[in-house]
Amino acid sequence: MADQTQDTPKIAVSGLHKRFGANQVLAGIDLEVGRGKSLAIIGGSGSGKSVTLKCILGLIKPDSGSIRIDGRETTGLTGTAREQVLARVGMLFQGAALFDSLNVWQNVAFGLMQAHGMAAKPAREKALAAMAKVGLEADLAEVNPAELSGGMQKRVGLARAIAPEPEILFFDEPTTGLDPIMSGIINELIIERVRELGATALTITHDMKSARRIADTIAMIYQGKIIWCGPAGDIDHCGEPHVEQFIRARSEGPIALDVVRA
Amino acid sequence: MNRWNFLAAIGRIFIVFLNTTGHLILFTATALRHVVLPPFFLRITFQQMLRIGYFSLPVVGLTAIFTGAVLALQIYIGGSRFNAEGFVGQVVVISMVRELGPVLAALMLAGRVSSAIAAEIGTMRVTEQIDALTTLATNPFKYLVAPRLIAATLTLPLLVLVADIIGVMGGFLAATQRLGMNAGIYMKSTMDVLEVEDVTSGLTKAAVFGFLIALMGCYHGYNSRGGAQGVGAATTDAVVSASILILLFNYILTDFFFS
Repeated sequence: MADQTQDTPKIAVSGLHKRFGANQVLAGIDLEVGRGKSLAIIGGSGSGKSVTLKCILGLIKPDSGSIRIDGRETTGLTGTAREQVLARVGMLFQGAALFDSLNVWQNVAFGLMQAHGMAAKPAREKALAAMAKVGLEADLAEVNPAELSGGMQKRVGLARAIAPEPEILFFDEPTTGLDPIMSGIINELIIERVRELGATALTITHDMKSARRIADTIAMIYQGKIIWCGPAGDIDHCGEPHVEQFIRARSEGPIALDVVRA
Repeated sequence: MNRWNFLAAIGRIFIVFLNTTGHLILFTATALRHVVLPPFFLRITFQQMLRIGYFSLPVVGLTAIFTGAVLALQIYIGGSRFNAEGFVGQVVVISMVRELGPVLAALMLAGRVSSAIAAEIGTMRVTEQIDALTTLATNPFKYLVAPRLIAATLTLPLLVLVADIIGVMGGFLAATQRLGMNAGIYMKSTMDVLEVEDVTSGLTKAAVFGFLIALMGCYHGYNSRGGAQGVGAATTDAVVSASILILLFNYILTDFFFS
């Protein structure tokens, strides 16, 4: 029986390892996200951020390690048991990953109808409400996602993630590819919606402005391990050379040296 | 040293072959489990039946009518060498219903449908739409693969039935309009020789071919990697592997039905 006391972290990852061929992507990830808290994982390209997220979601099977959600081990879950966990989760993908074959409201209502068995009419109403929360007009409901700009697609993706009112929200590079104004709008929407739902949030990003804005805690991943984790306000004077180099976007430092050596 | 390199190359190819075969068997078993177990996405299955069946009618119909007509002309030319011109109708109907209807319709659909399925699912894979389905607590096999397998398996026999009729009509038109044969005698000789087993064996082949066409499209699309180039490769692989499997299973089924 899973322990679901108030002290139990919503998400707890320990000793997570994943290798693709000769490439050891995750080399023992340990992290925890408390209930209603927001954690951002930062790190360079190829550092293992996306793989960590996909392991937590069950999209990639880790080689070893533990992933607990509400104290319940989820690494071995398949079929209906996995779907029950995923029904409590919302995810905003980097490219929004909207379904081409469905219009905007059908995309937003997809989780409501498939995972929660809601009928089309109430699901459409709830989808329109979710769209309104991310600043999308109702007259976009019948539009095909391909006709929308990148920023609008991100909003639809966010509406789809929050429509079923999930307990946990995952954001994969939520501001990548957006202009600074739209990035700011998406950041604010994420903060508002996460706060409104009382959800636990896990974001992976290399946009430091976004990480500082939306996260309570920031963790940096480097060579498949968490090398620093602390309050978002402490990151500027954490003293960890890799983190310092990353957040100040310096070309010189321990990370660059590794690249040269490779 | 060269001999060992040669043997190692053969070994690598054999291992890749075994690996791919095992992967395909596991994919097929998973897909079949989702075909028979609820929930069923009936609306999507019906949409796929329209796309695979109804919208393929023109290409299958054109293929069948010209094949039937050419067959009539060729049999007439060949038959006239030993005074067997009167067998044109019989040979056309048996050829169309037993072999050419199912095989040609399936090969046309391998090009039209298997490629479309691979491209659609492959694009969904590389744009993370399949991952999105999973995070929305929807099994991709249930939502994407099973409806296409059911639709193709049910639809291809209907398409082949239409192709058989159109092919026979093509032979009829060529025989009566070009070769001057009597229409009544031609139709009578056609119907006299046709047996139920000829039709059922052709339709059974069509169902198997439909399954293979959808399976290859889904398998290669689902496992595509690496952006646009990967989707392009998946599409090509789907058409090639579906075509080869159609020809292979045509021999196996023909041997099973008629030996």
